[in-house]
Amino acid sequence: MESSTLRNCFVLTNHQGLHMRPCGAIAATAARFQSSVTVSLPDRQVNAKSILDLMTLGAPKGTELTVEVDGPDAKDALDAMAGVFDRLAKGDFDEKDET
Amino acid sequence: MRMSDFVVRDAIIPDLAAVNKEGVIREMAASLRAADCFREADQEDVVRAILKRELLGSTGIGRGVAIPHTKHNGVERLIGTVAVSPNGVSFESLDGEPVQVFVLLISPQDRPGDHLRALENVSRCLRDDNFVKALRGATTRDQIWSLLEKYDH
Repeated sequence: MESSTLRNCFVLTNHQGLHMRPCGAIAATAARFQSSVTVSLPDRQVNAKSILDLMTLGAPKGTELTVEVDGPDAKDALDAMAGVFDRLAKGDFDEKDET
Repeated sequence: MRMSDFVVRDAIIPDLAAVNKEGVIREMAASLRAADCFREADQEDVVRAILKRELLGSTGIGRGVAIPHTKHNGVERLIGTVAVSPNGVSFESLDGEPVQVFVLLISPQDRPGDHLRALENVSRCLRDDNFVKALRGATTRDQIWSLLEKYDH
């Protein structure tokens, strides 16, 4: 299968921003795929398979993040990442104001 | 924000006695209470809040480190402490390995920006293998404090 690079942008709309649990969900999801997965701010890019790297973004509500995937399963990986950001936007990780 | 901005020096524990998750959280909360970071009446509630957060998923993020945390109105500003367990404690970590280095954070309710900046800073520090290795080898409160100042990223 041909390798390809795909990207999409996501704006954090949840109150708590990119706190530990969404970072964990992103890392666990990205790790399921062979493709490399990165999450970027305008000035920084981190490995989305590392919860520690993701937390260094410290991204609050309103931040636009760029997700870039590269590899044989890039489309599936990007779809799965979109699913995590969709859950985040719906408040799945902000219940009861936990972090 | 630097770790030395929110870690309470007098609450640092270089030799945790606890041997399980609840014990670690209780010991670290007690140390913050002893350093007058919140009222004694709030101590049990703080412990319960941190344990409740752990039920949503362990804050043991692998590589022998954990960042237990919660929000609680018993604190006026974001505070934290660092503890080292020489033998390591089972913490249901993502990688299944015991945890030697703990950074516990308590932030006031509805201050997500402060919490994110602290998490960002702690993550930067804990990503540095030399920092984590040095923390594991520290045996006194002063040594840990010096490392926080030296390695603050």
